[in-house]
Amino acid sequence: MTLTDASASSATPTTRKLTTAKAMVEAIAQEMERDDDVFVLGEDVGAYGGIFSSTTGLLDRFGPKRVIDTPISETAFIGAAVGAAVEGLRPIVELMFVDFFGVCMDQIYNHMAKIHFESGGNVKVPLVLTTAVGGGYSDGAQHSQCLWGTFAHLPGMKVVVPSNPADAKGLMTAAVRDDNPVVYLFHKGVMGLPWMAKNRRSVGPVPEGEHVVPIGKANVVRPGSDVTVVTLSLSVHHALDVAEELAPQGVDCEVVDLRSLVPLDTDTILESVGRTGRLLVVDEDYLSFGLSGEIIARVAERDPGLLRAPAARVAVPDVPIPYARPLEYAVLPTPDRIRRAVLDLVGA
Amino acid sequence: MEPDVRLGLYRMMVLIRTYEETILREYHADKKPVFDIGAGLIPGEMHLSAGQEPVAAGVCAHLTADDAVTATHRPHHFAIAHGVDLDRMTAEIFGRVDGLGRGRGGHMHLFDPATHFSCSGIIAEGYPPAVGQALAFQRRGTDRVAVAVTGEGAANQGAFHEALNLAALWKLPVVFVVEDNDWGISVPRSASTCVTSNAERAAGYGIPGERVEDNSVEAVHEVAAAAVARARAGEGPSLIEVHTLRLWGHFEGDAQGYRSDLEGVPGRDPLPTYEKRLRADGVLDDTAANSIAAQAHDRVQAAVEFAKRSPEPDPATALDHVFAQA
Repeated sequence: MTLTDASASSATPTTRKLTTAKAMVEAIAQEMERDDDVFVLGEDVGAYGGIFSSTTGLLDRFGPKRVIDTPISETAFIGAAVGAAVEGLRPIVELMFVDFFGVCMDQIYNHMAKIHFESGGNVKVPLVLTTAVGGGYSDGAQHSQCLWGTFAHLPGMKVVVPSNPADAKGLMTAAVRDDNPVVYLFHKGVMGLPWMAKNRRSVGPVPEGEHVVPIGKANVVRPGSDVTVVTLSLSVHHALDVAEELAPQGVDCEVVDLRSLVPLDTDTILESVGRTGRLLVVDEDYLSFGLSGEIIARVAERDPGLLRAPAARVAVPDVPIPYARPLEYAVLPTPDRIRRAVLDLVGA
Repeated sequence: MEPDVRLGLYRMMVLIRTYEETILREYHADKKPVFDIGAGLIPGEMHLSAGQEPVAAGVCAHLTADDAVTATHRPHHFAIAHGVDLDRMTAEIFGRVDGLGRGRGGHMHLFDPATHFSCSGIIAEGYPPAVGQALAFQRRGTDRVAVAVTGEGAANQGAFHEALNLAALWKLPVVFVVEDNDWGISVPRSASTCVTSNAERAAGYGIPGERVEDNSVEAVHEVAAAAVARARAGEGPSLIEVHTLRLWGHFEGDAQGYRSDLEGVPGRDPLPTYEKRLRADGVLDDTAANSIAAQAHDRVQAAVEFAKRSPEPDPATALDHVFAQA
């Protein structure tokens, strides 16, 4: 099993391990060293180092002119990042929780994502919008959502969702260098935070030096022959856990980590489903009108004959994320729900 | 004020008015006998700026093409006064391939990197990007300024206040301009705004605020001079509100049945007022006035002809420009 795409990296292979958060920060720091136009702004990105450790140490290293704490004023500072990008700077701007997009979405989808198009390609907006997603720690309905499907639905922004440290670094490098706005969604549960139960894969080997993971390329993180599990972010790890657990029972899961939603690597999905004939989509975003339906539609419109069994999905069943632990875990895409879905698919 | 500066302001106001009258004519020319907003050579909503020329002419007289202007859904006067290429702007309004946005933007979405001009069709939401342009200018150690324009209706939006706070906090070189034309579509200012002057709101952010009461281009010019100088000197943003005039409807096709002040509107037209004043002061005579009018006419006609000559975009290119290619 490999979590990195070695062909995408020009760095020397390494066994050095970092948390996802540290890998993300390492990429930002390397890009800030490389290009004076790169700077970071957002709430608590300075002395605090990012509520989810996404900017730890950057203030000490680069100073307050390049790592800028903002007021709680997302429309103003995300809009300011858009204007700065229009003038050729390359801001990395953090929206603390993706759940907060309601107070600033106009700057994101009507400005950041449309200026390049409306200008007929004459104005570029090279900006990275980082934001924390995901639940599982009883933070309630306004601090636990994923919502990546909403961004991916709206044209004009690339959308990436790393699941592990190496990809966190490689996708950040690619995002900063991209001339388009890139929304970079990191799950709190894969960051390796000391104050939250760690997924065991939130610490992993990360190439030193320059490491680029191309945007728009999914990764088959576990090859298998019976069922294709297409997923992303924290759910990748749940899917891998389930795959390991089911292997001795003779159920061989292939796990595809999407990594990018826009552009979506449809070919990798189709190639995998073409081999397994069974598709399960696992998504921590809401069930309806979202990512899981889109993946299945891409398969169905290309070749419904690829599927030997009806496609299945495990997602949040159109309910706000509940607070109480038993309720929250009843709606999240847990390993238990994934296991049952896989077994249903293979008719076990 | 020097006569040539006054003539320059007048010339700009005439050019803008000529442009708006021409677009008005072209817009309606093929929408008869029954008005259909989606029909004709210029389809879609059309928000014309006649009556608001003094704001754009007075402010932009202090700018160069290195300064930024972020305008609104009613952007033509500021685009013209800031020196956006009239041919390509007109081609964009006509939805043609030689337009500023190759026909992707339209009249509310004009972007011109050459003059750092942009607009937003969303009320007040052009302010935050202007703050970001100013941030870029400040970071690069330049004395360039960003002018951010809204109407008085926008001053009740959150984005307006967030932008003022951030620009004041970071001492950014922004000149915030509020065009108070009394009406937010059909809602009078008295029904939308709790203060008599939005300039008062500047005090809430610790920055200078000035209101120009009489839609006088020279008064705007004077107030803007101070605001632009302050921004260039690194002393931070200012807010200017100009009590201006929406000479026509909110958009074309607006019958303005709600408008209680309609009778007095023609008498408040700033263009004949200014012309009269320049003539009385001996700055303008028939020869100069005719020459200015003829030049404006010729320039605008050339732009319209350029637009009409430009091809319509090929439908096969409809998906282009969503993303920049590496």
